[in-house]
Amino acid sequence: MKRIALLAMIALVVVGAYAQTTVEFWHAMTGKNGEMVQALADKFNASQKDYKVQPVYKGSYSDTMNAGIAAFRAGQAPAIIQVYEVGTATMMAAKGAVKPVYQLMAENNEKFDPKVYIPTITSYYSTSDGKMLSLPFNSSTAVMYFNKDAFKKAGLDPEKAPTTWPEFFAVAQKLKDSGMEGGFTTNWISWIQLENFSAWHNIPFGTRNNGFDGLDTQLVYNSPLVLKHFETIYDLSKKGVFIYGGRENKANPLFISGKVGMHFESIGGYGNMKANAKFNFGVARLPYYPDVPGAPQNSIIGGASLWVFNGKSKAEYKAVADFFSFISETGMQAYWHQNTGYVPITTAAYELTKSQGFYNSNPGHEVAIRQLLNKAPTGNSMGIRFGNFNIIREIEDQTWEDILAGKISVKDGLDKMVREGNKTLRDFERLHK
Amino acid sequence: MAKQYEFSSKGLPYLLVLPQMVIVFLFFFWPSAQAIWQSFFLQDPFGGKVIFVGFENYTKLFTDPDYWASFRVSTSFAISVAFSSMTIALFIAVQANKKIKYDSFYKTMMIWPYAVATMVAGVLWLFMFNPNVGIIAWILKYKLGVEWSHLLKSDQAFLLLTLAASWKQISYNFVFFLAGLQSVPLPLVEAAAIDGAGPVKRFWTIIFPLLSPTSFYLLVMNLVYGFFETFPIVHQVTAGGPGKATQILVYKVRRDGVINLDLGSSSAQSVILMFMVISLTIFQFRFIERRVTY
Repeated sequence: MKRIALLAMIALVVVGAYAQTTVEFWHAMTGKNGEMVQALADKFNASQKDYKVQPVYKGSYSDTMNAGIAAFRAGQAPAIIQVYEVGTATMMAAKGAVKPVYQLMAENNEKFDPKVYIPTITSYYSTSDGKMLSLPFNSSTAVMYFNKDAFKKAGLDPEKAPTTWPEFFAVAQKLKDSGMEGGFTTNWISWIQLENFSAWHNIPFGTRNNGFDGLDTQLVYNSPLVLKHFETIYDLSKKGVFIYGGRENKANPLFISGKVGMHFESIGGYGNMKANAKFNFGVARLPYYPDVPGAPQNSIIGGASLWVFNGKSKAEYKAVADFFSFISETGMQAYWHQNTGYVPITTAAYELTKSQGFYNSNPGHEVAIRQLLNKAPTGNSMGIRFGNFNIIREIEDQTWEDILAGKISVKDGLDKMVREGNKTLRDFERLHK
Repeated sequence: MAKQYEFSSKGLPYLLVLPQMVIVFLFFFWPSAQAIWQSFFLQDPFGGKVIFVGFENYTKLFTDPDYWASFRVSTSFAISVAFSSMTIALFIAVQANKKIKYDSFYKTMMIWPYAVATMVAGVLWLFMFNPNVGIIAWILKYKLGVEWSHLLKSDQAFLLLTLAASWKQISYNFVFFLAGLQSVPLPLVEAAAIDGAGPVKRFWTIIFPLLSPTSFYLLVMNLVYGFFETFPIVHQVTAGGPGKATQILVYKVRRDGVINLDLGSSSAQSVILMFMVISLTIFQFRFIERRVTY
């Protein structure tokens, strides 16, 4: 009997020594990007023997986040979860549920220098004193797409995209006059025309450094500049120069089908545009108002980051830390960047990609990175951090539609967005005080 | 009447219904109880912070004009869907019930749309009416001069949703109406015909009253469908827009709970919906099972 027990113990020890620690990585990437997530994990798993990262696709961003929440409440949370940028404040407020990345890296003695990351990207997921809470994973930013063939047809220089808003609106009018159905459209009214617009002009979107410094933050974007911008777009919509295409990225068909000549969309949508547009198009920086001092500043990111759940074993945390170091390596980042179209998270990966000549054939991707790196981020352009951010964006989408339908004036609409958005901020503050 | 079977032991019948009761408890009672419980709290989605707020989630809803607007939209949507899908289905069923060539072919084809998933039905209609690439939107614009833009015009968005939701429900109603029509005793209709009643008169005075049990059953089912099962169509076609013009109650529950992570309010909304279903069921049992006579 004793001998059997002894043998069993030895067997356990031996097996234990060879057992891999497997950690799950829940994500929301589909298609090519989903394959790339798997490829990163495969490369990591092949690079060493102790740990195994297992990517699991959990549906859309909100599905993935919900799955994570439900799993955490049931004590079955994965080690790593991908959460979209609007969920950032919710994750941060979930004290006890997440393990900050800077802490994880320190505990596991991983070489971790936040300075190697592109500041505009890391700042979005760091505390206001620079401690990284989640690892930026897939980051993009908003850029302008323009139809070069349509430019030619309208007698415009196809290699010269408008750089300021006044120029932009004049070009849009010309495109319409050349026989196009409209001049321009835009995706993501909130992310592009409010959040990025504010950062790009270095004006506050909300108080307390856009919410980075505390929950007692207020939306303040109903400023004269935004009002002017929205009123111009509204007037152009009456003339048919601006055409509304729907919420989120639903305006893409307007540009791809050649009904409008200019469009605003994430650089992450480049591949889709390339695959579907039957004309030559270019990517350019976001326009700015030249009379605004300091503009253009830098644009902000969208996308998602990787969060680590609390309550895992030491071995699991070591696996996660190793994996994070691995995917932050220059080679891996360049590989990810060149295959997905998302921007690299380290400056070195950008330099490497540049030296490989990637941007000669893909100039659009460099436009996005240079726009993020344009200037060192300020309190207005580090990012956006609001609780209940989904609700705020929903209010903005809904009110924007009411403005375009003429149900509410532009001024009243902007005031309403801010007023109702502030209400949900107070709800969030009350819960997390 | 079926013969009743008596169990020799007292315990056996309970044992036999136990699996069913376990399922009902686990998947119906327990979640409902959870919803009621959670509707009294404000909570962090991760469950870290929970504040008891009493009826605040409810009072917030009832004092919110948007919630009432959502209530009105849901009601008129459910009524429009029930009315249009039932009248069209009845008309088609009457036609298909006539002695015509290939009637079984028509009947089969009429049932087909029901096999289409609700989400897919939404996508189909959305494609046809897409202001940029849709064929119907194109015909409306270039042949009929109607500017179709359901992204900004709320009445058009409402119309599109009603079309998509009714289209799918017509098949379901058709099957029931057809079955109802086939059980109308032929001698009654023939006797009326001999007495000189025309087809229209025969329909309204004999067939339609005899169909009333089917019609009432369908009315309740269609209202339930319009209220609660059209979520995928709204999700796909308008996402509640433009503005909040087509945000029906079930869609709002899901958005507030799953995407906006406001669990307290979402629970309160589902409790309200639960009471609506309960009253509809009571209405069905009391009114239809008892008052509608053959």
